[in-house]
Amino acid sequence: MERTGALFGHFRDLDQQRETASLGMWVFLMTEVMFFGGLFLAYTVYRWKYHDAFAAASRELDVTMGALNTGVLILSSFTMALAVWASQMRKRNLLCIFLIATMLLGAAFLTVKGFEYAQKFEHHLVPGYNYDFPGPEAEAQHAEIFFALYFLMTGMHAVHMIIGEGMLLILLIYAWKGHFTGDYRAPIENGGLYWHFVDIVWIFLFPLLYLIDLHH
Amino acid sequence: MSAITANPSPASSPPHRPHENYLNANYGIRSWLFTTDHKRIALLYLFSVTIYFAMGGFFAMLIRLQLLTPEGFLVGPDTYDRLFTMHGVMMIFFFLIPSIPAVLGNFLIPLMIGAKDLAFPKLNLLSWYIFNIGAIFTIYSIVTGGVDTGWTFYTPYSSIYSNSQVSAAVIGIFITGFSSILTGLNFIVTIHTMRAPGMTWWRLPIFVWSHYATSIIFILGTPVLAITLVMVAAERLLHVGVFDPRLGGDPLLFQHLFWFYSHPAVYIMILPAMGVTTEIIATFARKNLYGYKAVAIASLGIAAIGFLVWAHHMFVAGISIYAAMVFSLLSYLVAIPSAVKVFNWTATLYRGSVSWQTPMLYALGFIGLFVMGGMTGLFLASIGADVHVHDTYFVIAHFHYIMVGGAVMGYLGGLHYWWPKITGRMYPEMLSRAAAIVLFVGFNLTFFPQFILGYLGMPRRYATYPPEFQVLNVFSTAGASILGLGYLLPICYFIWSMRYGPIASSNPWPATGLEWQTSSPPPTENFETTPVVTWEPYDFEHRPDLGLPKPERARPAPLEAPGLEAGD
Amino acid sequence: MQDSQEHAAREQHAPEHIVPIKTYALICATLLVLTFVTYSVAFVDLGPLNVVVAIVIACVKATLVVLFFMHAAYAPRRTRLVILAGIVWMFLLLGLTLADYLTRFLPR
Repeated sequence: MERTGALFGHFRDLDQQRETASLGMWVFLMTEVMFFGGLFLAYTVYRWKYHDAFAAASRELDVTMGALNTGVLILSSFTMALAVWASQMRKRNLLCIFLIATMLLGAAFLTVKGFEYAQKFEHHLVPGYNYDFPGPEAEAQHAEIFFALYFLMTGMHAVHMIIGEGMLLILLIYAWKGHFTGDYRAPIENGGLYWHFVDIVWIFLFPLLYLIDLHH
Repeated sequence: MSAITANPSPASSPPHRPHENYLNANYGIRSWLFTTDHKRIALLYLFSVTIYFAMGGFFAMLIRLQLLTPEGFLVGPDTYDRLFTMHGVMMIFFFLIPSIPAVLGNFLIPLMIGAKDLAFPKLNLLSWYIFNIGAIFTIYSIVTGGVDTGWTFYTPYSSIYSNSQVSAAVIGIFITGFSSILTGLNFIVTIHTMRAPGMTWWRLPIFVWSHYATSIIFILGTPVLAITLVMVAAERLLHVGVFDPRLGGDPLLFQHLFWFYSHPAVYIMILPAMGVTTEIIATFARKNLYGYKAVAIASLGIAAIGFLVWAHHMFVAGISIYAAMVFSLLSYLVAIPSAVKVFNWTATLYRGSVSWQTPMLYALGFIGLFVMGGMTGLFLASIGADVHVHDTYFVIAHFHYIMVGGAVMGYLGGLHYWWPKITGRMYPEMLSRAAAIVLFVGFNLTFFPQFILGYLGMPRRYATYPPEFQVLNVFSTAGASILGLGYLLPICYFIWSMRYGPIASSNPWPATGLEWQTSSPPPTENFETTPVVTWEPYDFEHRPDLGLPKPERARPAPLEAPGLEAGD
Repeated sequence: MQDSQEHAAREQHAPEHIVPIKTYALICATLLVLTFVTYSVAFVDLGPLNVVVAIVIACVKATLVVLFFMHAAYAPRRTRLVILAGIVWMFLLLGLTLADYLTRFLPR
């Protein structure tokens, strides 16, 4: 079925097309909620079982870096929302600027994450690789589960961010060509939804992984 | 050649091959491999799932051959472990879960709601490719030695200790899971936003309601399996693990995560078949579906409650007895909406104008066998009984009654019912009735003895068994060969019919749905003009366009006072 | 067009809503403040309340992102139903599984 202008051939009108695209993106995001949900379940169970070991392990993480990274990601959500606004206002240059800003902030996040991972390797906190946690054996073993979850959860999050960066790049290229300042803006809006979702995952990861029993 | 249609409908146009339909609109392999037409994608899926069904069936044949004798003459225990694992993996993930939704759902949903295609046609095609890429990984795991963990992949055996091709298999299933997710996403969005004018929610066919409910399970359940398989692969390949008991990992955590998906998965397998059965029953009883709204809501109820019962697979695994009681109660609860459907089918048949074409044989077979499978599920939901029959052939018989007696019969019934619409041809009626009966006999001979075997204590997943169980096992294997023959027949005559079958009219049965209002096969855009719906579903009495004779049922005496007109 | 308008009306059609930049800026500022709050409170000993506070703040932040950055506040009802379903389902997974763990070793 052919496309006429912004309208794909199997739709009746642009409104139906837009609602369909949006609903589709939200349904996909709910699959992502359940996807991360499995990891959150594993985390919840083991934190309940091995609270002290989790607290000891969590203290190995750099809280300030984590908090700053959280701020970076929130700012990137802000710039993404502004990008959607710019596309709705048909402002192509602003749209591209905000997309670039979002990409840069996302890259900053990933860079900090990279430093954090490097630190883990240096400190022998990588399960199955060079893991050597200071402390009694049982605590070290339970802490290894914490670090496994740390890498699984932040790693899965980082994978989503990298995919998001790729998506933003593609959006940027098409935005520059003027594709998203006309009648068809669904990719920007839905790209925004995806990016905000990845931000929300981190909003939960940060307190769960970094802020366990810090007052001790 | 056999009669074209069993119920010629004078009101529909005489059977003729429409000038252009979705099959002849384009030629060449690229027009198929790069199609975005939901109808062609449905046929691509038909091709794929048939191949994977044959693979799963091949493993089943080896299992049944092995179990002909108590000591087993065919394979040793290690190989046997791989046989039942690969049988389960292929059948569940690559046949049962996609079959009805990806073949019949893809083909019919846009037609049934009056749309030109699904909401996301390109995602639909991507879904087929993802499906097969996942299959390639799994087949790789088979040809490089197979997996011996059971299709349930329990940890830590699967994640640490097994020396089989677990990683390739779980990666394959992980990939294929996205095919399910995309299909479910497509269906939900399509049903919400792309219905034709006048097609309100309460006018949707039950087939659509069933697939909507199934899609909810696809969306909310499959991702949990996906992440669980990631965790298994990470533990196995990277030794980054959360299931290792040496570190304090809990094997039951895997089971919770696994069954959170895999129990609702069985409702993925049965709900579409129930939708098919509903369509067939209404058409071949030529009567309005009894309790339409109840059946629609029951579909949603099965999907919802089905998510709350998973730990009934873990009664003897070491879960809390209090949790077990809760899950047991919920498992009884989930039987209620299924029972509602069975009662409503029966009430639809009552005083209907029943005919016995092949789809009806499958639908009736479905009801009987599903009821048996479902009721034995209630035995298993009782914790006390489950302690005795868990991990025995009783469980195997239970789920095969539902999966094969139910889901596969529903699939075959649906294929027969909509074959004229899909291909524009009819299959040979007498031969297809014979095949259905052969299937029914073969099925019962295969699996009924297994109820008895399980009750008597024969455990599952063992390559050998005590000699006193041999007679029943031989019956079961004999039945399996008849069952196999039964499956071979439709494959043969369906292929035959595509070239030599009598040409079908647009509405051969006739039936009430929108899909029958367009030609057989349909044009690529499904309808010449967007239909406007003014009819209620299954309303045979008020559809003069179907050209049916007025029903001759004995009408009950009017309740109005004498002298008043009996209103119509 | 007319039947699509009727259709739209029946389906709680949401005309495209453009959120002003001021709103986005306000939400962003709130999120940053809440991040600082959650970071600071973590160093104060509230006993078991620490994790509660942290989760509650995270939920508030997530809600703000969903409602305003993701436009859920202006979306049709069915979108909000979809969001609710996802959240509820995740809690079903967590809740029923924890029901096992929390009651496994209760004193008889």
